[in-house]
Amino acid sequence: MSAAETAAETAAETATRRTPGLVPVGETLRSAERGPRQPAADPGTPPARMPWSFWRLLGSELGLTFRRPRNLLMLAALGVVPIVIGVALRVVAAEDGMGGIIEDVAGNSLMLTFVSFSFLVLLFMPVVVSVVAGDSIAGEAGAGTLRYLLAAPSGRTRLLAVKYVNAVVFAYAVTAAVALPALATGLVLFPAGDVTLLSGTTISMGDGLLRIVIAVGYVGAGMAALAAVALAMSTFTEVSIGAIAATIVLIIVCQVLRAIPELGSITPYLLPTRFTNFDAVLRSPIDTAAMGEGLLAFGAYILLFGSIAWARFSGKDITS
Amino acid sequence: MTAVTQEAGAPFGAAPPPGADPGESAIVTHGLTKRFRGGQVAVDALDLAVPRGSVFGFLGPNGSGKTTTIRMLLGLVAPTAGDYSVLDLPLAQALPRVGAVVEGPAFYPYLSGEANLRRFDAADPTARGGTAARRIAEALERVGLSAAAGKRYRNYSLGMRQRLAIAAALLGPRELLILDEPTNGLDPQGTREVRSLVKEIAADGTTVFVSSHLLAEVEQMCTHAAIMRTGRLVAQGTIASLRSGLVVRVRVETPDAADAARVLGTLGLPDVRRSGAEVTAELDGRVPEQINAALVGEGVAVRGLAVVRPSLEDVFVGLTGEGFDVGG
Ligand SMILES: Nc1ncnc2c1ncn2[C@@H]1O[C@H](COP(=O)(O)OP(=O)(O)O)[C@@H](O)[C@H]1O
Ligand SMILES: [Mg+2]
Repeated sequence: MSAAETAAETAAETATRRTPGLVPVGETLRSAERGPRQPAADPGTPPARMPWSFWRLLGSELGLTFRRPRNLLMLAALGVVPIVIGVALRVVAAEDGMGGIIEDVAGNSLMLTFVSFSFLVLLFMPVVVSVVAGDSIAGEAGAGTLRYLLAAPSGRTRLLAVKYVNAVVFAYAVTAAVALPALATGLVLFPAGDVTLLSGTTISMGDGLLRIVIAVGYVGAGMAALAAVALAMSTFTEVSIGAIAATIVLIIVCQVLRAIPELGSITPYLLPTRFTNFDAVLRSPIDTAAMGEGLLAFGAYILLFGSIAWARFSGKDITS
Repeated sequence: MTAVTQEAGAPFGAAPPPGADPGESAIVTHGLTKRFRGGQVAVDALDLAVPRGSVFGFLGPNGSGKTTTIRMLLGLVAPTAGDYSVLDLPLAQALPRVGAVVEGPAFYPYLSGEANLRRFDAADPTARGGTAARRIAEALERVGLSAAAGKRYRNYSLGMRQRLAIAAALLGPRELLILDEPTNGLDPQGTREVRSLVKEIAADGTTVFVSSHLLAEVEQMCTHAAIMRTGRLVAQGTIASLRSGLVVRVRVETPDAADAARVLGTLGLPDVRRSGAEVTAELDGRVPEQINAALVGEGVAVRGLAVVRPSLEDVFVGLTGEGFDVGG
């Protein structure tokens, strides 16, 4: 071929040099052989870490999570549920002769929040959290963006930490996406004022609001524990559906196990068992022991599955 | 030279590759080996020395271990044995000065080109957030994507995607650029653009380590090359030194092949070979016009006479005894 071709091309490049920024091979060859070169980056001083770099990456992560239409759609769908429940309760309560729980709920604007939690906390909220946390590493691996993040270099531990903090923020967003519409719907449809708890004790509305805040904190922590499980799953696959499905299957299996009376001895160790403990705020006084046990379980799950995720991810070959 | 040491049995610096000079090399590997689970040895005892300032072609057929090597250099894949050093720095400190394209572009399809670059810039802990917008604009400008900066990646053509990947590799001041088959899937125009971009970057003093399965590409673009075959290094050095081991041949096209072969033999040219209407022999320092005159003088009808200089393909064939498989 190509000695002539190359020569012609070199000539052409020389003729048009600098305008399109071309440099003939000969020149690069010479510059390579010339020895001391002009550094493109200043060698010697290693580039310093920027003080806010962790938060910058976290901001980027949150931006992706909360701008992604899929995630917003899931949050919106969750937010609609309390409204539907509220309207349904209002309609049912309007008919005479209904008593018990429905009357309790319809009797006060704050109760709808607790009803919505008990309705959603065992399956729908965990599913939404699993989708985001299960996708976090596997999704990047599947898309190939993981190799570019790590080459940037994001650092493996740092990236995993950012992914988890992001998942925790999303877990609380999920909790808020239920609580806020529930509270608003409750205030619109049902009478405000003192709250009569299930035990019959009456507390002030301010106290009731405080208890909602505590319940949100507790439910969010439970979802954060679940996010740790999903994150660990996410480090084992390059297919995010796999990690998401595995987490959801795990939740469902836990529910089934809880329903089997003979297995009562293991239910305290199953994560979903603790999700419903937020109703401790409906006791008078608040059942801090039940909540404390729940939070302890959440902490244990976060520690265990966080370690699994880290051990797996820090030593993993990234071949996608 | 601090680096990643994977196995105690492989002392660092025990066998410096030819031309290795610590401090003068952007990449050095010693016995670098990767055996995947399942037993597949993708890279086998690789000793590379990439001089600073070079445009280093990492050449090999598909499946010869180029991408696996690059993944190891970037810390994505842990070597089974051996060690390596990038820019004479611990990997975490070296990587911010390394721009890389590995196994084709990979971006978030629902983000614009610009937002994608912002994402990867945010992942670099040494990148200054305050200068990100300017650096991103410059990188896009450099690869000619300024006009498409706001367009979603999903709607980019293959050539634009490849260029965005190069832009991502140029987000900061780089001492080393690692490009894994950067012209894969590009049309001839796109290939030329990438090639001129590489030359431009190299002219700024950045070392460029570019892998390719295209011999011609490396011959046109690179000052140095290493040739891989099934995970093993076949040869490395400057392009000229790689070629120097091979002889220049003369090729005669003629209907009188038998006569021509006899004439070349009587001229004393070594290794005369005949196939159909073509006769070749080693030039052995002769001037081609002398050979032509002898052939014509003996009444051989010469249709064509050419001096064949060895290509990298010949280097490969000469060293491995097999053809360079230029597959998909
Ligand atoms: N994750 C993996 N698991 C097992 N084998 C792999 C893996 N990745 C690559 N290989 C094998 O390693 C060899 C080298 O692959 P690769 O480095 O991609 O070559 P190249 O980039 O030169 O085409 C191939 O035979 C390939 O099949
Ligand atoms: Mg490859």
